[in-house]
Amino acid sequence: MTPTPETTTGAPATATAAAAGAPATATTAALALGDDALVLSHRLAEWAGHAPVLEEEVALANIALDLLGQARVLLSMARDEDELAYLREERAFTNLQLVEQPNGDFAHTIARQLLFSTYQRFLYEALAGDPVFGPLAAKAVKEVAYHQDHAEQWTLRLGDGTDESHRRMQRGLDALWRYSGEMFRPVAGLEAVNWQELEARWLASVNAVIERATLTVPEGPRHGAWAAGAGRQGLHTEPFGRMLAEMQHLHRSHPGASW
Amino acid sequence: MSGDWPLWEVFVRSRRGLSHTHAGSLHAPDAELALRNARDLYTRRSEGVSIWVVPSSAITASSPDEKDPFFEPAADKPYRHPTFYEIPDGVKHL
Repeated sequence: MTPTPETTTGAPATATAAAAGAPATATTAALALGDDALVLSHRLAEWAGHAPVLEEEVALANIALDLLGQARVLLSMARDEDELAYLREERAFTNLQLVEQPNGDFAHTIARQLLFSTYQRFLYEALAGDPVFGPLAAKAVKEVAYHQDHAEQWTLRLGDGTDESHRRMQRGLDALWRYSGEMFRPVAGLEAVNWQELEARWLASVNAVIERATLTVPEGPRHGAWAAGAGRQGLHTEPFGRMLAEMQHLHRSHPGASW
Repeated sequence: MSGDWPLWEVFVRSRRGLSHTHAGSLHAPDAELALRNARDLYTRRSEGVSIWVVPSSAITASSPDEKDPFFEPAADKPYRHPTFYEIPDGVKHL
């Protein structure tokens, strides 16, 4: 999909805010954070029955459930959660492109988890005193601290494991690195967050883990790449549409049914 | 897999519990991940619990075949049991 200037304006997220009667910026932010959690939750759920070992499958499902819980709270703040999850088109989703990336192998999934959960942890810490998102952040920060720990533990083991696991972990980080710059584009409605400070903390934390894991911090660009900022504007990578088709299929086949 | 992912025994003390109780077992590559797996599998992440993980190979169990010589002598000597004492008031958990 080629980003075009006209599609970046008038995203349906703005229309949603007007419909809910809530402050537009708070709704925009709730949608952005809720979409991140929803989409990543769905990706992790795809591991069910396919994880390397049973214990790891439980861990991934646990993280997916935590994220789905966060998504439900956040989307409900904006509007009806099911309507938002199942009846929006791809262009109306404002999640980061990072979270919609396919699972790949286990190392690829762990790389995505490391980049995102570290971001989510510092973001929720920064939102602790926010009047709108503070209560959610206080609850969610405990969950995402565990997600970050899980990702760090696996990054260390895969990076400093065998030659093969090292190679795969590095490949995962290299492939996803370019999607990480988007996380630090300011989101309207999250005025409590100092985005530069958030990015500095994130870089320091992620770089330290990568180095401890005997891996190399990727050299590719994080900002200015074609992907930067696009997900938040409703522009997504190709695999996302297929993921949504699967996720929304039943609801769209039987609209208005109760489950 | 069993070589790289040995078996661990999990002991959990619940928030109001007095002692660690054997909760079950799991596979993990090392102790740190065994702890994390135990948290997901056996505690549902309730706060205020304590978890011990022990490699199964570190546990020596009494043999069922030796049950009689091992445990029998204690049972038929009543003076070995503290049943002739009155428990003072205020002593709990005895």
